Amino acid sequence: MSVIIFTVIILIGSYFAGLLGSLTGLGGGVVIIPLLTLLLKVDIHYAIGASLVSVIATSSGSAAAYVKEGITNMRLGMFLEIATTAGAMCGAMLAVYIPTQYIAILFGVILLFSAILSLRKKAEQIITEKSYLAAKLKLNSSYPTAAGPVEYSVRNVGGGFVMMAFAGVISGLLGIGSGALKVIAMDTIMRIPFKVSTTTSNFMIGVTASASAVVYLQRGYISPGLVMPVVIGVLFGAFTGSKILVHTKSSGWLRWVFAIVVSFLAGQMIYNGITGNI
Amino acid sequence: MKFKDTDIQSLIGKVLRTGMIISMGIVFFGGILFLYRHGHSIPNYKVFKGIPPFLQNTGSLLHASFQLKGQAIIQLGIILLIATPILRVVFSTLGFVLEKDYLYVGISMVVLAIIFTSMLSGHAG
Repeated sequence: MSVIIFTVIILIGSYFAGLLGSLTGLGGGVVIIPLLTLLLKVDIHYAIGASLVSVIATSSGSAAAYVKEGITNMRLGMFLEIATTAGAMCGAMLAVYIPTQYIAILFGVILLFSAILSLRKKAEQIITEKSYLAAKLKLNSSYPTAAGPVEYSVRNVGGGFVMMAFAGVISGLLGIGSGALKVIAMDTIMRIPFKVSTTTSNFMIGVTASASAVVYLQRGYISPGLVMPVVIGVLFGAFTGSKILVHTKSSGWLRWVFAIVVSFLAGQMIYNGITGNI
Repeated sequence: MKFKDTDIQSLIGKVLRTGMIISMGIVFFGGILFLYRHGHSIPNYKVFKGIPPFLQNTGSLLHASFQLKGQAIIQLGIILLIATPILRVVFSTLGFVLEKDYLYVGISMVVLAIIFTSMLSGHAG
């Protein structure tokens, strides 16, 4: 296989990864790593590096749009980034000492978990009881809706912070955005409205990924010839996805397709990790 | 006029978009050069060896980019892409300074310090 054919295959694969990722809101990294490692037999270290860069690109691209709408809670994002960047740095350092087999198995487990989460029903919740720490940190805010701004409060700041640190470790270790874990921290633990938690998570992913990418860059995980088609493909896919999303009402069946594809990939990663084929 | 959250938000939106467009343009340009020169060689990513030394060192990376080496140009674009979210934190720190929200100036600086530590620790371990 020549470099041109290899590049074209990755471009097409990454395009679909980006498309699926943006339609389901889970990011393209979860599909990129199995595509590169299982199908194209790329070493998982290079795959992690390429995935991280694509995560940064999609986060910056979509965050730019969300931030302007004023839904993102910037103070909350900045405060929680302390936890995610510290976690990401530790994860990137740990990655060197953990055998690739275990990384593959852990990746499979996180994939399964993300697939289950993507099927969860999402109901908008508004909490207004005040918490001392949230008030001190000025985390309570409002977001715009068609019926005017909605005020919301933030709960359990400590619990959310710990969960964010964990999301950061996973992101640094596996080269994904761990958007699913970030959303759990904000939406299940801190009780933040769904729209705010997804956009704020998206906004944070770029910074988290950058914190581990600077480590990987120096370790030679980020290989230009491989990263180039991955980033370009994912970005175009995500762009198409965001256009489709505006025009469709129901994404229910899509979530099922995504969950099934991801579960299958998860099984493959775990199997290959256990048999040592990765 | 008082500096508000919405001003910071529109500034950050611009930083993110501009950084992304410029870096992707550079990656794309480098990619074309890379495929033109190396399109028919055999890719080798099966065994992890790291990247060639000329891409690792800032001096030689810049030198190779000026010689229009595709891989070096792609790598520059990627570095700029990685720097974009970090720049975003820098700009929000400035925004919080203008808003006189010193608690958040401090919080943003902690985030920057962690990223900086991460940068310095890359070669260790």
